[in-house]
Amino acid sequence: MFDLDKWEEILSSIGKNKLRTFLTAFSVFWGIFMLIILLGAGNGLENGLKNEFSNDAINTIWVYSGMTSMAHNGMKPGRHIQFTNTDIEEIKRTVPGVVHISTQTNIYGQTQVNYKNEQGSFEIRASYPGHRHIEKLEILEGRFINEADIMGFRKVTILSISVKNALFKEEDAIGKYIRINNIPVKVVGVFDDSGGEKGRQQIYLPVTTAQKVFSMQNRIDNFMMTINTTSLEESNAITEKIRAKVAERHNFAIEDQNAVFISNKIKELKKFTNIFDGVNIFIWIIGIGTIIAGIVGVSNIMTIVVKERTKEIGIRKALGATPFSVVSLIVQEAIIITSVAGYFGLVAGVGLLEAVAKNIPPTQFFDRPEVDIMIAVYATILLVVAGTLAGIFPAMKAAQIKPVVALRDE
Amino acid sequence: MGDNKLHVLKGIDVHIREGELVSIMGSSGSGKSTLLNILGILDNYDSGEYLLNNTLVKDLSETKAAMYRNQFIGFVFQSFNLVSFKNAMENVALPLYYKGVSRKKRNLMALEYLDKMGLRNWAEHMPNELSGGQKQRVAIARALISQPKVILADEPTGALDSVTSLEVMNILKEVNQQGITVIIVTHEKDISEMTQRVIRLRDGVIEN
Repeated sequence: MFDLDKWEEILSSIGKNKLRTFLTAFSVFWGIFMLIILLGAGNGLENGLKNEFSNDAINTIWVYSGMTSMAHNGMKPGRHIQFTNTDIEEIKRTVPGVVHISTQTNIYGQTQVNYKNEQGSFEIRASYPGHRHIEKLEILEGRFINEADIMGFRKVTILSISVKNALFKEEDAIGKYIRINNIPVKVVGVFDDSGGEKGRQQIYLPVTTAQKVFSMQNRIDNFMMTINTTSLEESNAITEKIRAKVAERHNFAIEDQNAVFISNKIKELKKFTNIFDGVNIFIWIIGIGTIIAGIVGVSNIMTIVVKERTKEIGIRKALGATPFSVVSLIVQEAIIITSVAGYFGLVAGVGLLEAVAKNIPPTQFFDRPEVDIMIAVYATILLVVAGTLAGIFPAMKAAQIKPVVALRDE
Repeated sequence: MGDNKLHVLKGIDVHIREGELVSIMGSSGSGKSTLLNILGILDNYDSGEYLLNNTLVKDLSETKAAMYRNQFIGFVFQSFNLVSFKNAMENVALPLYYKGVSRKKRNLMALEYLDKMGLRNWAEHMPNELSGGQKQRVAIARALISQPKVILADEPTGALDSVTSLEVMNILKEVNQQGITVIIVTHEKDISEMTQRVIRLRDGVIEN
């Protein structure tokens, strides 16, 4: 099959028919290029949104208070549900499967935090020791809140690395006292949030300490927990148990969807996974459509090429070309053009994705646009084969034409 | 495009000997082009026998026909039929490509044949840069390069002025003098008068 002379013949024919070559090459190039961009963009979108979930533990349930919307046991609707520390203790005690439970009650209002002359206004959160596992906090120095802090209402705090840098600069923070609304609090730890809240200026206080300092009695705004399962059914069952428990404790109808809002992250993730399965199918449909358009483009051009070359084929046959040599000339030309163009489409598409990945910082919607290189290679091979088949039939027909017909003067 | 059968030739009995310079004459519709196509194995015939170099040429496969054309026959057409995207030298060399001669060798031979036609300096020119006479000389060089037994020329001077026609005819005569059989189809009387024998066709039969 490999015949240097034949390749030279083909290459000279390619080189001397630039427009035809360009048109064929471009439709293949574009098909592959678009397919790669599409698949890459889809993967980027998926990666971005998956990051959102990986920041926190996935097997968590979050409970937020709301307002009743149904009358229940003689109580009017419109009643605000207020959680307390007791809710947390009760849930932990009565609902099996709960591992770590905490709250993330924000301290609102005017809060001044200062160390020596440095001061600032930061997000202050009141939490339990288990919060570290729920938010996947990374402790850089010292420790997180512990049980003794909760029991003893200790005035200790854990700073996010950006708060530490804002207040302490280069100085060591552990063991030093900062003032929150002029109340001295000892820094016992510095943390970093591994994901979405990276760089946020946060301060954690033991929930009991915060309640005392900011006169909140035993109120909390919400609570969240990790559970000992990642199965959707089991997590749904736990969610239902929590709803029942909270409804019983706060005296609202269990079917009242507005009294509390419970978010089961496993279920949310499953929802996203379903969406992404859908998005992927959609991308594949478009991708296959692009490839088909490429195939049709190549077929069209090959048909025209053969028509255009009928006279040339006639001349070649008069000079002694066999039908086989005519078909192989045209088909091999098609193979060379489509595979070279397909390769360039592949390189250009992957190159653009790499450039995007390098130069555009990942966001929560887009990260690491990448493409399975084997899929791209298969798509290229498919286009080459299709282009070849598209060339074979008109070429065979042309090779059967009698030279006298092909050479007939118009 | 149905293959409508049309009986153009109605019984031709002719023997052209090796080394003859023959012209086939006739008005349009007389069947002279059809005869030439059959002689050139470009077209099939229904009945009768055609012996080329003592070999029966009938119902050949395309591949076999291509081989015979390549081996025995050189074509010269009225409209030259040069490949437009190849230069003069490459056009001349093309039959050798189908003979399996290496590129280097066939290009060298092509230059040699172009030189014989006085076109060595035009070797790198594309067909659209050549005059009609030059194109026909390139076509003759191409017909000769495979050293055929027969040159079949279909109205070789049909697209040329009288001076150039004379030149082309002189070349064909020279070719004939080297021992190659030359068959010229024409409807021009002064062209046919330059050949050794004239076969006149009328309505598919040979006159006189």
